[in-house]
Amino acid sequence: MRFKDVFSIIGPAMVGPSSSHTAGAVRLGRIARSLLDAEPQWAEIGLFGSFADTYRGHGTDLALIGGLLGYDPDDARLVRSAEEARQAGLQVTIAPSHGLAAHPNTAEIRLGAADSVITVRGASIGGGNVEIERVNEFDVRFTGSYPTLLVFHADRKGMIAEITGLLSGSGINIGSMDVDRAGRNGNALTVIESDLVVPASLLSSIAALPDVQTVRMIDIMEGMR
Amino acid sequence: MRFRTLKQLARLCEDEGKPISQLMLDEQARESGRTADQEFAKMASYYDIMKEAVRKGLTEPTRSRSGLTGFDAQRMSAYAAGSEPLLGEASALSLAYALAVSEVNASMGRIVATPTAGSCGIIPGSFVSVQERFGWRDEHMVAGLFCAGAIGYVIANNSFVSGAEGGCQAEVGSAIGMAAGALVELRGGTPQQAVHAVGLALKNTLGLICDPVGGLVEIPCIVRNGFGSVTALAAADMALAGVRSVIPSDEVIQVMLEVGGSMPEKHRETAKGGLAQTPTGRRIMKDLYGKDGAARGTSGTAASGTTQSETYGAAEAGTARTARSGTSEAEQAETAKAAQLETLGATQPETPRSARTASSGADQRESSDPAH
Repeated sequence: MRFKDVFSIIGPAMVGPSSSHTAGAVRLGRIARSLLDAEPQWAEIGLFGSFADTYRGHGTDLALIGGLLGYDPDDARLVRSAEEARQAGLQVTIAPSHGLAAHPNTAEIRLGAADSVITVRGASIGGGNVEIERVNEFDVRFTGSYPTLLVFHADRKGMIAEITGLLSGSGINIGSMDVDRAGRNGNALTVIESDLVVPASLLSSIAALPDVQTVRMIDIMEGMR
Repeated sequence: MRFRTLKQLARLCEDEGKPISQLMLDEQARESGRTADQEFAKMASYYDIMKEAVRKGLTEPTRSRSGLTGFDAQRMSAYAAGSEPLLGEASALSLAYALAVSEVNASMGRIVATPTAGSCGIIPGSFVSVQERFGWRDEHMVAGLFCAGAIGYVIANNSFVSGAEGGCQAEVGSAIGMAAGALVELRGGTPQQAVHAVGLALKNTLGLICDPVGGLVEIPCIVRNGFGSVTALAAADMALAGVRSVIPSDEVIQVMLEVGGSMPEKHRETAKGGLAQTPTGRRIMKDLYGKDGAARGTSGTAASGTTQSETYGAAEAGTARTARSGTSEAEQAETAKAAQLETLGATQPETPRSARTASSGADQRESSDPAH
């Protein structure tokens, strides 16, 4: 079933005008913020397809900025998020592009703080739902609808078993999983969607594994439950 | 969920002696692992948002971000109160309330997608107006939302609820069907009658294309929400009177799937056909996006203004904006919109688009840096 429950039909609560162009855009911004895991200072956002064509009228720009500031899709501040960004010291450049993208509502967000930068590419696929297609140089698939763990690590034997072993030891069920590597023995990214938020202590344990570089937790639905 | 079709839904209700709303609530709690009370409270918070959107749309400025629409709900409610509407006051108010919520949506106000933002006015419009008329408690209406959600769940999983997939019939049509079935239950009809109301309603919107002018959720979306709330009342009344959908409602849903699947792409939310490509629709698009109107047009060539980037949140924005060269008509229109954006929420006199000025759009500047 594509739609799982009553709140995928009645809902989400959101600021208009479009679930795909506004609510979905907020979530894309939220995911980028979670991946940076620092107060963002600048962002460069490329828009593709219908996003590029109609972002002004749909408030897609304000929605993306609101997401970068950590807002939920129903946050009344969305309509003035450009002003809020200025006060928060966040400078955002939005560039519509006529390049090709797999999905008509696609955004590529390059987000930076003092000493970190992350690039996220994702699509708003309807009803406020999103799908992330790329994080930095890695092709991955996840939706942000579940608590999502991202582990950046070196590509080596046993790495995934060690990560999933720690999760299973803490009683965390894996709903879906995606792995991509830049090349053999190069850098890799493992994305795990689970039913529970991974607690900070467990994140530290995963981060302490040999050859793990960075660990990030995305939980953008916390306000939705 | 234990049901996939409306027939199964009505059968379960009859077997277990429950209204559709109660069955949906029980199923929802089982699916989510939370308690029925928690799920009911969440839906109640959604109903509060719907009522607030009705109030806001009837009493506050609702000019849309594009400047194309606004204030029609207030026109309609004043007319409903002061004249003798052909529809009768009750239906006219339902229409006004639906317009109100859709206008709040278009002006970046808070709504609940039911099932989408484009169709967010129909259920609140019909629900809030009948609640006032019959003096029902909020709990009754919240239960009605679970009934509407059960119907929408069947439609969405057997057909579609997005305009990009199935045209406006999938958005506005689904919302009307959901509202109609729920209104039947709210008035004491049986699950069977509620299911008939869905089929009766959906038959009236089969084939409706999604052709938003400028690609925006405004024209014709807002008035279709107004019409939709009245159609929902009509379908519910027919079902309560004993009118049946001779073609079973599940089969009508399959027709919606068939029709939507064969609908050309230009009539599925792309703004490449229908009202969006009328001479006036094209002119509006040109005003919004650039001199060639190619941003969503059919030519496939990029309008000169559309590859420029915009910067937000820059402290030096005011000076940068004056330094740019070659200010085009489209850029001026865009700056006017930025100024309008800043005044949204403040009391704003209703002025024609050309009369607005760009005095305070200081947080936006445009450069010609083709960064992407």
